[in-house]
Amino acid sequence: MPAKASGAGASSSSATIEVPVPRRSLIPGGTLYRGNEGMWSWVLHRITGVAIYFFLLVHILDTALVRVSPEAYNVVISAYKTEIMGLGELALVGAIGFHALNGLRIILVDFWGVGTRHQKAMFYVVLGVWLVLMIGFTPRHLMHVFGG
Amino acid sequence: MTTDLTLDNPRTPHARTKRGINWEKWGWIYMRVSGVLLVVLIFGHLFVNLFLGDGVNQIDFAFVAGKLADPFWQWYDFALLVLALIHGTNGMRTIVNDYVAKASIRRILHAALLSSTAVLLVLGTLVLFTFDPCPAGADPELVASFCEDIL
Repeated sequence: MPAKASGAGASSSSATIEVPVPRRSLIPGGTLYRGNEGMWSWVLHRITGVAIYFFLLVHILDTALVRVSPEAYNVVISAYKTEIMGLGELALVGAIGFHALNGLRIILVDFWGVGTRHQKAMFYVVLGVWLVLMIGFTPRHLMHVFGG
Repeated sequence: MTTDLTLDNPRTPHARTKRGINWEKWGWIYMRVSGVLLVVLIFGHLFVNLFLGDGVNQIDFAFVAGKLADPFWQWYDFALLVLALIHGTNGMRTIVNDYVAKASIRRILHAALLSSTAVLLVLGTLVLFTFDPCPAGADPELVASFCEDIL
């Protein structure tokens, strides 16, 4: 049965309820979420997601040039082989790696029974696995780009 | 001012107000299902194209033609195209919904996302399945080695 709460014309005999003043938080920022691992993983997930999206748009278009001519494709793809773009590719792979690993963390937070309890620990696992992958990829890619 | 606010009891079961397909729920599920598949597909994509062999330097028309002549890579890239583009577009839709307060601008951005995604899906699919690895009259220096028998 729905309870009715009406503003004007409510019952005249209203009891006073004592509401305790909230204790001041010991955590700077005022919330458990703000400024901690949960927020930064969310911020990084957004930024990397947007960056990857715009690269994807360009990447579909540059790959579509294989349907135009071998010359057209080779000219455009040679732009990816410069030193500046080589560093851009490193950043892109780093962004994709973080987005992928943190995405798996989000899925575990959603579906794993104790996922929320371990979300902080899982963020550091994400950073650790990301670091290992980047240590594996970076020297090899830089050798390709700078001709080692 | 007269307000007549009706509140349910705390343990009243959630009553669905809208009939039909819950698109937001399926979008949420799609992000997770496609996300897991994309982790595998994109790691493979990066490993083959940027890590193995000559890395970024090996990528040219002949390299791509050699891959796309194989139906395995055709379907691999098709899966990448569809899963990644829709995943990215739905993510951008979430961001638009979060930051764009004005309904008219939101509608314009949603329309831009939808139309660009539709165009790129059609373009990418056509490229993948109408692609000729040995185009007639192409410079033999630029095409894959297996084209020698054809050209």
